[in-house]
Amino acid sequence: MNRILKYILLDILKNKFVIAYTIMLAVIGWSSFTLEDNSAKGILTLLNLILLTVPLVSILFAAIYIYNSAEFIELLISHPIKRKDIWLSLFGGLAGSMVLAFILGAGIPLLIYSDFSQSVLMLAIGIIITVIFVALAMLCTIIYKDKAKGIGLTIILWIYFALLFDGILLFLMFQFSDYPIEKPMVALTALSPIDLSRILMLLQLDSAALLGYTGAIFNEFFGNTKGMIISFMLLLGWIVLPLIISLKKFNRKDL
Amino acid sequence: MKYVFILLLFLLSGITGHTTKLHVGSDKKYKQIKQAIAVAKNGDSIIVFKGLYKEGNILINKSVTLIGINLPVIDGDKRFEVLSVKANNVTISGFRIQHSGYATLDDPGGIKVYESMNVKIINNDVYDNFFGIYIQFSKKCVIKNNRIISFGKEEQTIGNGIHCWKSDSLQIIGNSISGCRDGIYFEFVNNSTVWNNKAFNNIRYGLHFMNSNNDAYYANNFSKNGAGVAVMFSKKITMRNNHFADNWGDAAYGILFKEISDCILTGNTFDKNTAAVFMDGSNRTLVENNQFTNNGWGLKIQANCMDNIIQKNNFIKNTFDVSTNGTLLLNQFKNNYWDKYTGYDLNKDKIGDVPYRPLSLYAVIVESNPTSMLLYRSFIVSLLDQSEKKIPSLTPENFIDESPLMKALKL
Repeated sequence: MNRILKYILLDILKNKFVIAYTIMLAVIGWSSFTLEDNSAKGILTLLNLILLTVPLVSILFAAIYIYNSAEFIELLISHPIKRKDIWLSLFGGLAGSMVLAFILGAGIPLLIYSDFSQSVLMLAIGIIITVIFVALAMLCTIIYKDKAKGIGLTIILWIYFALLFDGILLFLMFQFSDYPIEKPMVALTALSPIDLSRILMLLQLDSAALLGYTGAIFNEFFGNTKGMIISFMLLLGWIVLPLIISLKKFNRKDL
Repeated sequence: MKYVFILLLFLLSGITGHTTKLHVGSDKKYKQIKQAIAVAKNGDSIIVFKGLYKEGNILINKSVTLIGINLPVIDGDKRFEVLSVKANNVTISGFRIQHSGYATLDDPGGIKVYESMNVKIINNDVYDNFFGIYIQFSKKCVIKNNRIISFGKEEQTIGNGIHCWKSDSLQIIGNSISGCRDGIYFEFVNNSTVWNNKAFNNIRYGLHFMNSNNDAYYANNFSKNGAGVAVMFSKKITMRNNHFADNWGDAAYGILFKEISDCILTGNTFDKNTAAVFMDGSNRTLVENNQFTNNGWGLKIQANCMDNIIQKNNFIKNTFDVSTNGTLLLNQFKNNYWDKYTGYDLNKDKIGDVPYRPLSLYAVIVESNPTSMLLYRSFIVSLLDQSEKKIPSLTPENFIDESPLMKALKL
């Protein structure tokens, strides 16, 4: 398994697209901190990057890579290697290289310019989001054998998590604004990893405004260590669940 | 000539004889402060030496000067009002006054001044009392450099640090007040000055004005109170160079204005408050040269405010710079610096060429539906905000700074 993982990891790291992605992250990361006069604005630029660009690139690149290496996977299966090992190495290689690109690109300026606790949380969130969307890409590719359909599904998933889900939440909030909806809303946010990450970060950045009014409830949940642990467990769930489903499907799949 | 000299000597001895010094202490002539007051005449000084004095309620009904040497402790045993002043020209300095009784009917205090003039309360430790220093129907009193500490848990069971009621021309200078209901409370108090005090960790407000006119407070520090300052039903209050920080929590404000008019708010700094300034029913207030940084809301200005001028302020790193609850705006914003401003300045006059709309759509949405704060900084919200900035439809049309500054003012 290690040898396959090493081979995939090196193969992806040599990929021009991943190098370009790293450079893009670095350019945005460094410029957002050096051009703005306060580090809070820089962190907001990076937050938008993590919530929009990182998931899009992760899910698209992972899906395209898997489709392109279909023949390689078939070749590996013809050897006496467990299917589980192949699939997990593929996941490990993709997730590892994307995370490495993210850390090299965005992580360094973040750690240099920003407040330590904020940047560590941000880095953790960025890494988890990358891995989540790689896992989702693996699920998409196993659902559709057709490349066009699979990539279409990844784009729809991205639009859903980045845009539609929040729209739905906003709509629900106004429809049910006469009811005590704070607690159900906290539960609903668990349905989108992007939302969950955003709220975790929000409590670090805008806690003043969140503390007022009903924000107290969110702060009570997300602000203490128990809430933090629960939210990170939920985020990990978003990695593990798609991965296991895709693994089961891959084990049974007739290639 | 000789007779004149003798006469002069006689007169002098008369004056010095008039202001005798009475010493109180365990090894002095008087063992109790009460005994000394009983024999004292107007103008005498009573020097109290180190020790613990538990004498119940001490009534000061003569114009005497009480001076504590090495911080003598006067204890009310949790049953009595400690010192009651009912005479003019009394000075109390250098004592530790502690453990007054608790009663909601007659509000006992550490030091309570009744209908007196020129009372000076200087350099005392006022510790664990129901009310700290209580002034009523008095004039020209000075409360200076006292340290007032209480341990209130809830509003109902603790009094105010410095409580002033129906008084005039007071000076409250350099005190530090913590753990009380309100740090300083003014009701029907006119022409008074509050300068250089520190009020922190008070349960309700740092400084509270009710029905008080023509007062001023300068260079005070209000932090970690329920709200920094509340100005209610008052006129012509001047507020300059104060610092408001860390007034956090549900419904916490730096300053709360309610039904006030003709006030001046200049040169203050607001840092890390949930809402820095909350204006409700305020008219003709000038808000100038203030620094708003790191607040949840910089300025919450309700639709029932009129003719306020908000100019030359810095709004930096606030979650929302301004917010309002209606569509009507009868106030003027001009020449402020907004760090969220993205316009340009072609003629280099340091004033942006594009007007700035400080009210974001999302501030309006959050005002009507606080739960939606959950979606703040999400992509869809930025999208909504940007489109609203270009074509305002929900936010009031006239909520606008026509001449925003390009660079922050040096304050």
